[in-house]
Amino acid sequence: MSPPPHQFLLRHPGVARLGVVILILIGWEFAARFVIDPLFIAPPSRVLGALGTVWNTAGVPAALRLTFFELAVAFAIAVVAGLVVGFAVGLQPFARRSVMPIILLLYGLPQITILPIFILYFGIGAPSKIAFGVTHGTFPIIIAIVAGVQNLKPILLTSARSMGANRWQILRWVIFPHMIPSFFAGMRLGMSGVLLGVLLAELYVSTAGIGHFTTLFTESFDPTKLFGLIGILAAMAIILNEMVRRAETRFSRWR
Amino acid sequence: MARRSQHRSRLASIAVQAGFGLALLILWYLATNRWGVNRLLLPNPVAVWEQLLDVLRSGEFWPDLRVTLSELAAAFALATTSGMLVGYFVSRSRYAIRVFDPLFAGIYSIPIILFLPLYVLFFGLGPSSKIALGATISFFPVVLSTIAGFGNVDRVLVTAARSMGASDYHLFRYVLVPAALPVILSGLRMGFTVALLSIIGSETIASLAGLGHHIVQLAEGMDMARMFAYIAFVVVIAALLNGVVSFLERRGRRWA
Repeated sequence: MSPPPHQFLLRHPGVARLGVVILILIGWEFAARFVIDPLFIAPPSRVLGALGTVWNTAGVPAALRLTFFELAVAFAIAVVAGLVVGFAVGLQPFARRSVMPIILLLYGLPQITILPIFILYFGIGAPSKIAFGVTHGTFPIIIAIVAGVQNLKPILLTSARSMGANRWQILRWVIFPHMIPSFFAGMRLGMSGVLLGVLLAELYVSTAGIGHFTTLFTESFDPTKLFGLIGILAAMAIILNEMVRRAETRFSRWR
Repeated sequence: MARRSQHRSRLASIAVQAGFGLALLILWYLATNRWGVNRLLLPNPVAVWEQLLDVLRSGEFWPDLRVTLSELAAAFALATTSGMLVGYFVSRSRYAIRVFDPLFAGIYSIPIILFLPLYVLFFGLGPSSKIALGATISFFPVVLSTIAGFGNVDRVLVTAARSMGASDYHLFRYVLVPAALPVILSGLRMGFTVALLSIIGSETIASLAGLGHHIVQLAEGMDMARMFAYIAFVVVIAALLNGVVSFLERRGRRWA
């Protein structure tokens, strides 16, 4: 005997969540077809159908590749810089006390105000996007690493040292495994920072990246393609975020 | 003895911080005055200071400041009312929390600034697209923290209040709100910060007026000293606003 449908829904909130999303899509479809001027909004069915044409628009695959490349390079630089600065600042109590407030202050500044300076220094091509992504991504990683180092129990270090471990052994067997959770937490925050920075710079000015095409589709009042392109980018962002999050849960499990 | 050395190390770290700021200023000055760095890349600090004084004295920032602040106020008001209402009603049932909380958290993890072109297409270049985008972005921290705040009130407190005969209103005012308020307030503060950032950001990317717009205008006119001065001005405004909001948050916590 199968349980009545409402009990199935009660036991599976995920299915109900999917239902909510589908309801929203139906409402959007209805509004876009019958209520709102089609110059400004496209129904989801048509957007889905137009994904192919977006992909076939000359330059779009290259633009997506370029944006992905910018994200990857910016993330790599941010992780390396964040790790180096984070450990350099975190492992030294004096450096932590004196430099950390400066880092927190810089992190608190609204970086978007200096975006025009980045364009001026690095040009309108990929380097300015990468640089802006790096400055957005590095600070959360530094802060997570420093917090992780700070949370190391001193007793672990003392006992390792008293058992005769040298610097490298302490780093490898005590500090490193204990840093894994904060490392991945930092990676996750850094990834959302990098995404934000690169996309902001792309939208601000772009010659070959996706920002170029969002401007093009907006100015030619082509909402179907615009929705399609932004949908692809959102999917890319979700996949990148999800990859980092998965890595975080997977590697933090040893505790 | 220990206190003395602690005191000394605090002084030393302050000295490091001051030294860092001073070294930056001196390097900036030398780079522009002695080493001949191009004025278009890095304006002279003295010129920037003069421009900053001029911006403040002339009062030309008022129209832009007014635009940005009114956008911020409208966006934040929309986000807090909708976010707190939706959050409260979702938090009333465990089931609704399990349905909606991951949905909101999932959308929040996408960089919503991506949708700016859609908002510009739909709402135009004027303030309404900024208000709509700012409201959307700051809706999520508000709704998530409201769900977390009201959803995690200790059951024992609710049952105890009920058994002592509290009415719905009393339960809400004296149990639910004080228990949830700290979490909600930090969500409101985060919502305010992201609303401010996304409004300045969308003004920078596509707009007709506002602080972000003015910075871009100066950049395009290659008026570097004035642009640096204006950036400093906007940074100070943002810091002041965030300071006020953090202060209100602390006051609000004490009130509950």
